[in-house]
Order: sequence, then C-alpha cells, then structure tokens
Amino acid sequence: MKKEYEIKARDFVRAGKAAIGVQNILKSIGFEQDIIRRVSICAYESEMNVVMHGADGSLLLGVENKEIVLEVRDSGEGIEDIELALKEGYSTASEEHRDMGFGAGMGLPNMKKHSNVFEISSQKGNGTYLRMVFWVNGNRE
Amino acid sequence: MILRVREICDLFNLDVVSGKSNLDREVTGGYCGDLLSDVIANSSAGNVWLTIQGHQNIVAVAALKQISAIIIVNGRSADAETVAKAEEEGISILLSSKSAFEMTCLLGQAGLGK
Ligand SMILES: Nc1ncnc2c1ncn2[C@@H]1O[C@H](COP(=O)(O)OP(=O)(O)OP(=O)(O)O)[C@@H](O)[C@H]1O
Ligand SMILES: [Mg+2]
Repeated sequence: MKKEYEIKARDFVRAGKAAIGVQNILKSIGFEQDIIRRVSICAYESEMNVVMHGADGSLLLGVENKEIVLEVRDSGEGIEDIELALKEGYSTASEEHRDMGFGAGMGLPNMKKHSNVFEISSQKGNGTYLRMVFWVNGNRE
Repeated sequence: MILRVREICDLFNLDVVSGKSNLDREVTGGYCGDLLSDVIANSSAGNVWLTIQGHQNIVAVAALKQISAIIIVNGRSADAETVAKAEEEGISILLSSKSAFEMTCLLGQAGLGK
C-alpha cells in the first residue's frame, strides 16, 4: 500500500499533517507501538525539514509485509555538506524558526537513529531526497 | 502514581484553553522541553509536557507522541492557531504562571512519576 502527502514549504498551519496521517494509517493497520513510534518520529522530522529548509515537496509512505518505507523529497536548495548536516547540533535554522522550538540540529540524527536504513542524497541547488526503511518485527529480508 | 489531567488542573488551578473533553486522560509521567526535536525523540506516551512554547507546532508533536496534556508554563499563552489546532487534534492545553521547574516539583509532590 502506498500513500503520498504533499508538503508545503513554510506552511506551519499544515505542518505535521503528513506525519499524523502516516501514524493514523499505521495504527489502523495494527502495527506494534514501537515501530509506529519510530516511523512517526522520522516522518515528523523529515516533514518539518521540508517545511523549514526546503521547497514544496512530498512524503511517500510505503507499507509492505516486511517493511515500512518513507521517501521524502523536495526541490529546494539542497544540502551542501551532508556529513556536516548529519552532525548532532548542526543547524542553519533562522532566528524565527529557533523561537518556535526548531533548530536543535537533532532532526537528521533522530531519523538516522530511529530507522533501520537511512539514505540521503542532496546537491546544492538540486533538492533533497531521503529514504528510510523500518523492518517489521526486526525482519531484514 | 497515575493522575488524570483533570486532577492536575484542579490541584494547581490551571487554565484549560483547549481539549476540555479530554481531561480524563491518564498522566503517567512528564517531560520538560522547548526544543521540538528533543521532545519528539525523548518524551513518552502518557506524559504531561511542560514547555514555554505556545506556537502551533507543539500540537503535532503532542499528537504524534500521545502526550496526555501540554502545560504552557511561565505565564505564557497559546497562540490562537495553537488553540484551534489543539481542538482539532483533541489535545488539552493548560496554562500555568509557574516555571517548568516549579511545576515539575509540584507534580512530583503530588505523586506523579512515583
Ligand atoms: N530538506 C532540506 N533542504 C535543505 N537543507 C536541509 C534539509 N534538511 C536538512 N537541511 C539542513 O540540514 C541541517 C540539519 O538538519 P536537522 O533536521 O538535523 O536540524 P534542524 O532542522 O536545523 O533542527 P531540528 O530538526 O532539531 O529542529 C539543517 O539546519 C539544514 O541546514
Ligand atoms: Mg530538522
């Protein structure tokens, strides 16, 4: 099963709706709490990064027997130094975004920690693509 | 000890600005934090969340983490969009004039987390 959510950059009214939508689907299918928690964290962090740092984009949820997959892309500015962006505490969030509670530089590290497979590709000026896989029941086949 | 959101409101005279129909939720512990990435990673379902953030982004975090209620501390208020969004998601938001530290101590004295 697949479900795609649109993400609008800088739209804080809608922000979080994709992640909540993902969580509701996983709950209704009846997945275990722990995997729902991990996917929700990653969906939220990736959605918020598009809202804050990216341009309009999308989040695609894929549910299969043995894995749950999140693919998140946006056509924004991209990330110049991915290794640096993945460091805990690194953030380019604006003063305004920090006042709203963003900018801890924990989003990408959180996603890496809570997914079983974490792939990121980005180029300056060419948007950002994230793919995260979550193994159902710890299954890795 | 488990408290209900309603008991917390009554004990400490907290203003309820949203989610009045969800005050029967159980509170099993708490988390303090103003950085959303910290809260989304480290809070637990059933927590009461103490924060100075009144911005609408707190609602999605609380909904995703199954937070029992948010207490906005330090006499801060919730933005109008926050209240509207919280109503939509069924999240109770309470207001306190106390600091996060003072409120945490009081909740501890009331037996929460013990
Ligand atoms: N989709 C994106 N487009 C452009 N830059 C991005 C994108 N996602 C992340 N980045 C860059 O990577 C940095 C680190 O991201 P990360 O999510 O870890 O922290 P943050 O968003 O700054 O803060 P937090 O997530 O803790 O609120 C960002 O500050 C930004 O510079
Ligand atoms: Mg982030």
